[in-house]
Amino acid sequence: MMLISLGVLIFIDPGATLNEMIGASAAALELCIELCAVYAVWLGLLEIVDATGLGQKLAKMLRPIIRKLFRVDNEEIEKMIALNMSANMLGLGNAATPMGIKAMQAMDTGSGVASFSMIMLIVVNATSIQLLPSTVIGLRASAGSSAPADIILPTILSTIVTTLCGISFVLLCDLLSRKWKAKRKKS
Amino acid sequence: MSVYILPVLFIGLFLYGFIKKINTYDTFVKGAKGAIELVVSIFPFIACIMIAVALLRVSGVTEFLAKLLSPLFQLIGIPPELCELVLLRPFTGSGSYALLNDVFVKFGPDSYISRCASVILGCSETIFYVATVYFSQTKVKKLLYAIPCALAASIFGAIVGCLLCRVM
Repeated sequence: MMLISLGVLIFIDPGATLNEMIGASAAALELCIELCAVYAVWLGLLEIVDATGLGQKLAKMLRPIIRKLFRVDNEEIEKMIALNMSANMLGLGNAATPMGIKAMQAMDTGSGVASFSMIMLIVVNATSIQLLPSTVIGLRASAGSSAPADIILPTILSTIVTTLCGISFVLLCDLLSRKWKAKRKKS
Repeated sequence: MSVYILPVLFIGLFLYGFIKKINTYDTFVKGAKGAIELVVSIFPFIACIMIAVALLRVSGVTEFLAKLLSPLFQLIGIPPELCELVLLRPFTGSGSYALLNDVFVKFGPDSYISRCASVILGCSETIFYVATVYFSQTKVKKLLYAIPCALAASIFGAIVGCLLCRVM
């Protein structure tokens, strides 16, 4: 991907290449500093949630769903996924990230291939249900929309469609890949 | 109403901590310390993906792809003007919000196209960014069907969203 765009850039605007790359890297650094502040708050709170045993309680509540959906069987992972999903539901994508990373680390077997649980966690996060698209509404309001919140209902409906689709696609792919493997073993 | 949710949750959490006799200050500091480590370890991945996106945009590759794919978008019911937005959305959050603003300025925020753009952005996520960051701390190299599933679901959501914009 980088190679293609670099190749094209050589013909269009070779002088801009390095500037553009450093600019993007600087933007990444800025984003990381912002994320560091966000993570510090959430990881601090998370530690308290953990110490009070609230995390375990939340995990216990969500356990039936998490076990079925992610096919995991480990209390630590269940807890992290429970917190990750709760943060996502509240629309706190950045707060969900550190817990998601911890869950991924705990699920890593070191084999180099993503497991079903990992893929499910990624897809659920990458299609996560957003109950209040606040940034979009803010942008619409500042652009002078007469009804900035007009898009809430269609957004919520389609975000539910997206998440359900994502989950069913993963289940379907898992089914197909297992069938394929079984076939290969036979022949 | 929704602005009260988080502060109330936080107060509840700290009170619960007191009841359980936990040193909330020490515990908070211990957790917050992990933030720097985490950010340092994910920075290279974020930098790499942002550099790639910047190069794609300035080189005009996305514009070219958008032009190429616009008949296809028309076919599945997504306004072809939103091609670039749909293509860039999985990679960058801030970049796609900038594009959304461009759409608002160009077509007016209450037009059908702008409403579609709003819904598309609201119902999707930065898939590649999420996958990069989440997998960055593991040894996984083969993601199998993770990305295709997420992408297909997002496209499906976008189609449904545009359809809903027409009737709602």
